[in-house]
Amino acid sequence: MSILINGNTRVITQGITGKTGQFHTRMCREYANGRNAFVAGVNPKKAGEDFEGIPIYATVKEAKEATGATVSVIYVPPPFAAAAIDEAVDAGLELVVCITEGIPVRDMIRTRSHMQGRSTLLLGPNCPGVITPDELKIGIMPGHIHRKGRIGVISRSGTLTYEAVGQLTELGLGQSSAVGIGGDPVNGLKHIDVLKLFNDDPETDAVIMIGEIGGTDEETAARWAKDNMRKPVVGFIAGVTAPPGKRMGHAGAIISGGKGTAQEKLAVMEECGMRVTRNPAEMGKLLQSVL
Amino acid sequence: MKIHEYQGKEIFRRFGMPTPRGIPAFSVDEAVAAAQSLGGDVWVVKAQIHAGGRGKGGGVKVARSLDEVREQAGRILGMQLVTHQTGPAGQKVRRLLIEEGADIRQELYVAMIVDRGTQRVCLMASSEGGMDIEAVAAETPEKIHRLFIDPAKGLEDAQADDIARRIGVPAGSVPQARTILKGLYRAFDETDASLAEINPLVVTADGRVIALDAKLNFDSNALFRHPDIVEMRDFDEEDPAEIAASKFDLSYISLDGNIGCLVNGAGLAMATMDTIKLFGAEPANFLDVGGGATAEKVTEAFKIMLGNPKVKGILVNIFGGIMRCDTIANGIVAAARETRIQVPLVVRMKGTNEELGRKILADSGLPIISADNMADAAQKIVAAVGRP
Repeated sequence: MSILINGNTRVITQGITGKTGQFHTRMCREYANGRNAFVAGVNPKKAGEDFEGIPIYATVKEAKEATGATVSVIYVPPPFAAAAIDEAVDAGLELVVCITEGIPVRDMIRTRSHMQGRSTLLLGPNCPGVITPDELKIGIMPGHIHRKGRIGVISRSGTLTYEAVGQLTELGLGQSSAVGIGGDPVNGLKHIDVLKLFNDDPETDAVIMIGEIGGTDEETAARWAKDNMRKPVVGFIAGVTAPPGKRMGHAGAIISGGKGTAQEKLAVMEECGMRVTRNPAEMGKLLQSVL
Repeated sequence: MKIHEYQGKEIFRRFGMPTPRGIPAFSVDEAVAAAQSLGGDVWVVKAQIHAGGRGKGGGVKVARSLDEVREQAGRILGMQLVTHQTGPAGQKVRRLLIEEGADIRQELYVAMIVDRGTQRVCLMASSEGGMDIEAVAAETPEKIHRLFIDPAKGLEDAQADDIARRIGVPAGSVPQARTILKGLYRAFDETDASLAEINPLVVTADGRVIALDAKLNFDSNALFRHPDIVEMRDFDEEDPAEIAASKFDLSYISLDGNIGCLVNGAGLAMATMDTIKLFGAEPANFLDVGGGATAEKVTEAFKIMLGNPKVKGILVNIFGGIMRCDTIANGIVAAARETRIQVPLVVRMKGTNEELGRKILADSGLPIISADNMADAAQKIVAAVGRP
């Protein structure tokens, strides 16, 4: 078991013909069951052609009907990425993983409003994707640092997720799934949603939750976990040194009006029974200590 | 991206929102000419900088004659205006806005921001205009009204009227307040703003509703569809190091410490800064080189960091994924040679091809200190620089 994806998942790639889409589709195919999993690409102008043997369809709907795929991954450039999400949602996919960084917030507000009442889950945008080690990788993370196991990883940041995974793997602790929810202010799955999935996954024993300044998603997740989580959760929040009002790379990482500081988040997480560290080099060791 | 008040008001007028008549001025003579051209007998001379709190800092003055306009313009132009948002050094005033005076009966507050929780645009409004809204939120939170706008419907008449009444707009002026509130939402939405604020929104003695101030920030991810707004960018208001970094697609922010840091990924960059602080020093900057760091990009990043005289050491922290450690190592060696780096340099590399990367650094003959993990790297650079 795992969350969101496994070796039997079938995936459509939106933006398969662009440079980024091509590169990462190759890397994902080379990982574990990737060869069987990436079954379709979408490009309205190149329907009927193929990318290295993967058939290209004009629309997500056609790709889904022809292959039975239930998940899509999006590498479409920012001006068109929100429309690509809408298309996947309208086609009734179960999960959409949007890697694209730099989508205008206004587009995402409309897309999220459009998704209300529909069952499709969205991961991202501006995220590294999701991996279930030794089964399937959907996204841009380096596959080789992962190892199959029973620790869940959730993070807003790409390289900080790799950092946590790298520390776990060095300690001999494998991962059930590692999920990057992305750094944008208006996004799909949040910490709380992924925590719930890990809570219900019989093959996850404990979770590392990594957050950063901005918003109150980590606090919301911590408050839910206090009453509902049956597994230990440890945490780290990046941005203790960030000055107020400045945007730290990620559009969502703005502290405004005294809300969303790293100190506030760490304090709430501790109140809710999570063990936290202020030293990001110790995330793996902290998790090991609660097992 | 931020713009000046007078530019914000230009945008407001495009959306049918009333503002005082005004003319921007870049010199004292232009200021006097602007006042003459506006006519009347009361003017307001307003410093144009990208920070709030200008009035308290002495950057907004009423003038009752053309001589007073000349005097105030001469005093404000070129001053280092210090406000709670500029930091202690202040910001040099290079532009003015000369406006007709307004006969103010009421000062109100309205703003729009994106609310992450509801994933909608939030309209915030208060009867307490002309004050620091954060102080209002802290002391009298019941005086702040919020409305979350459905993107499919926009701001509806009944909603706008309700908010106007709640913040004390007199009944006869409610239709005008509606025009402003609906215009503000359209302006926010159609220009891809990230913040739109009118503080104060005023009701005049004769019942007109006017945007006396205008603050607009824009979503930098959406500027590609607004070339007219990009034109409004004022480089004088931005940190030169941040401008230089943006040319090379580096995400850089100046901070007050003495340890420069170069990292791939925004989250890891913040975590690296935090680790430096944890071990007793302060970071000099935030710098994310992004996913595709070439030798050229790394060299430019080094130049920008070393251009800061406060920098006494550099910490490089790379988690190689798609970007391989050997590529980054070659970039670091080239950058260290080209910039003839004189301060201690600690490098921590992890991930794809890390052995090869370390070998390249070791074989370079440069005095690069290698570190095993983030904590080790932070401790080594803090020790090398020496505590302040």
